[in-house]
Amino acid sequence: MSSPVLELRNLQTWYGESHILHGVDLHVDRGETVTILGRNGMGKTTTLRSIVGVARKRTGEIRFKGEDLIRTPLHRVAHRGLGFVPEERGIFATLTVMENLLLPPKVAPGGMSLDEIFALFPNLHERRNSPGTKLSGGEQQMLAIARILRTGADTLLLDEPTEGLAPVIVQKIGEALGALRARGMTIVLVEQNFRFAARVSDRFYVMDHGRVALGFPASELAARMDDLHELLGV
Amino acid sequence: METIFGVPVVALYGQLVLGLINGSFYALLSLGLAVIFGLLRVINFAHGAQFMLGAFTAWLLLNHLGVGYWFALILTPLIVGLLGAVIERTMLRRLYAADPLYGLLFTFGLALVLEGIFRWYFGAAGKPYTPPSDLQGAANLGFMRLPKYRIWVIVASLIMCLSVWALIEKTRLGATLRAATENPTLVQAFGVNVPLLLTFTYALGVGLAAFAGVLAAPIQQVSPLMGSQIIIIVFAVVVVGGMGSIMGAIVTGYMLGLAEALTKVYYAEASNIVIFVIMAVVLLVKPAGLFGKDA
Amino acid sequence: MTISSPLEAPAATGVNPALKFGLLGLGLLGLIAAPWLGAYPVFLMKFLCFALFACAFNLLLGYTGLLSFGHAAFFGGAAYFTGHAAKEWGLTPELAILVGAAGAAALGLIIGFLAIRRQGIYFAMITLALSQMFYFICLRSPFTKGEDGLQGVPRGKLFGVIDLAPSLNMYYFVLAVFVLGLLIIWRFVNSPFGMILRAIRENEPRAVSLGYDVARYKLIAFVMSAALTGLAGGVKALVFQFATLTDVTWQMSGEVILMTLLGGIGTLIGPILGAGVVVTLQNYFATSQFPVTILTGAVFMICVLLFRRGIVGEFYASRLGARLGFDLRR
Repeated sequence: MSSPVLELRNLQTWYGESHILHGVDLHVDRGETVTILGRNGMGKTTTLRSIVGVARKRTGEIRFKGEDLIRTPLHRVAHRGLGFVPEERGIFATLTVMENLLLPPKVAPGGMSLDEIFALFPNLHERRNSPGTKLSGGEQQMLAIARILRTGADTLLLDEPTEGLAPVIVQKIGEALGALRARGMTIVLVEQNFRFAARVSDRFYVMDHGRVALGFPASELAARMDDLHELLGV
Repeated sequence: METIFGVPVVALYGQLVLGLINGSFYALLSLGLAVIFGLLRVINFAHGAQFMLGAFTAWLLLNHLGVGYWFALILTPLIVGLLGAVIERTMLRRLYAADPLYGLLFTFGLALVLEGIFRWYFGAAGKPYTPPSDLQGAANLGFMRLPKYRIWVIVASLIMCLSVWALIEKTRLGATLRAATENPTLVQAFGVNVPLLLTFTYALGVGLAAFAGVLAAPIQQVSPLMGSQIIIIVFAVVVVGGMGSIMGAIVTGYMLGLAEALTKVYYAEASNIVIFVIMAVVLLVKPAGLFGKDA
Repeated sequence: MTISSPLEAPAATGVNPALKFGLLGLGLLGLIAAPWLGAYPVFLMKFLCFALFACAFNLLLGYTGLLSFGHAAFFGGAAYFTGHAAKEWGLTPELAILVGAAGAAALGLIIGFLAIRRQGIYFAMITLALSQMFYFICLRSPFTKGEDGLQGVPRGKLFGVIDLAPSLNMYYFVLAVFVLGLLIIWRFVNSPFGMILRAIRENEPRAVSLGYDVARYKLIAFVMSAALTGLAGGVKALVFQFATLTDVTWQMSGEVILMTLLGGIGTLIGPILGAGVVVTLQNYFATSQFPVTILTGAVFMICVLLFRRGIVGEFYASRLGARLGFDLRR
């Protein structure tokens, strides 16, 4: 097996005085889709925010393509090929759909062209001149994903992309993720929607109280259901 | 002779033009303040001093290096803007994490230092700056004769205000600026060098003040005190307009310039304080300001 | 990006009371003895006026978190009111000073009523603009004698008995007013009312949700600060026997901010110390060509960049301060 593209070793993170992550270890291989599961408040979002560097107070190691991101200035991280789709989508209210789409700088060649993006999400084309916040929740989520696809990032971090969306939209997002996997993207997904995650993932981690409690490949999913019931309460 | 409410029409027109000129300066300066405040959350108290610095730089360029008005108009905002960039990089940026009041206090200190230095070297007396030869003399507008230079000031400030508005509302750089105003951390996580953007923004605001200073040089006397006289009025303009909107800052600037001029015609004693009175009334009626969003 | 944190304002209530009162007593003794130790009474009086001014200003900034950029209006305004009362109405000095303080309080009510409608930097800009308006009114009004100012204000006889013309008599009168002013401030800050003000400074939304009428508390604090500032301004008019436009300029508002910032925002003795440093510097540079604004501006910048807690605040935060029982977190 090749060396992992992303590897966390003993990652600890604080928000101010509160200690959120107590030593997270996980790795993601090139081209994999890995989902981090866990109940609310167990540190899933903080793990993504720590990788990107939006959460700054960290110790341990975040190795991405061989470089330790803890030492990388925030605005350089994206240029290593990381694309971030934050919780709550992070659509800018004072920018139009088009401006939102063009906002993140290109970080590598090979990103999707606007034509390809609009083919994938036709709604966005129709609404390209509307202010970002006039979009529906589903459209906002599509925009949040689309704007990262343009940049040429090869590794995507998605924070609860299906949260609060209607089933038909969730399906659409699932299709989009499938298309990205087919392009060879590495994807790290934080999800509460277990059914959705089960369909799209190669491997799972389950977080509990700021640590990784469990990690297993999709093939073991059926055998692990008892553990999952206990950790997730599903 | 034709009159309106007992005032000769020609005198009224004359005052309105003066009002537009003052309004041009208010608009340029409050625009710069709004641009800086939008992204940096700093009220740039040194804005008046940087306006003065613009006028003085033009004067120095002319009298010591023989650089004429038109070059100075381009060169001065760049020089003073660069100085602003240095100040932002070395000092101002240490204050972003602190209460915004510290930014106000820091730039207040900076204003005192700049003003003091120029008073020390050049004395408090004003220095004349002759308008460029192409703009000397008066033009006949049909209803009145007006010095060409004053027409130019109004036109130049309008062009500059609209250009900055277009830069912020219509370009990709402007979209990045607006996004960074909303959520700088996320914009930075997308790979935008936000610290550099902050430096650029401060330099842009300071450059605008310097541009206004060069425009003002042939009209007012070039004096170390010219900045502190105008900055407090501009603060009132900013309170009236609210700093949430670029266009709001521009429109309010011109409006209050005109209001001041009208007061001069009808009740001259109050012309110095009319802007403050308007500010008080706006605070009573619409505390967030005419175009304001934030408290 | 910026978190709206309250201005860093330490409060030293954990300190050993014997030490605190010992120090205060020592300071007072020093001030009583100062004229006999070679200090010029006029210099001392100037210092005491500005120290009281800074303490009154700090009541607002340090304990309520409101940065007023217009306190010169109350200081200089009161100087005019007191000067007018003493010169034109022939009032005794104590009454003239009360007229000054009352006038400043009335001004404070008007300016405060408008300014508390906005917060933070807007509050600062509004107070600055309104005080500038007051400056223009003073410039034009016949009552202030414009550019000349009120000259030849008589010091008069205290309670109609003690002649204040001799410097020493005047000095001890000023010292008494100063101590009285400090006692009022101390009492005010440590009252339940002062506690509520601090709660507003720490977390305004929470104070609102607890049901406090925050606007009213702010306004009362503002008027109180203006009145005490007026006390200082009125005394100054009697000390120097004139009242001029200088005291109503925005530069004067800036000076008192500097004194407070330099000494330590939110500390009881910081503003006094800050006033001492600034007045001394001004005296020193008064005869030189070097414009003192360069220096005050530079001190402003250095203070904000390097020691925002001010001299006294940094001392409280230091290891020595901690050992003596000064606790920054209360």
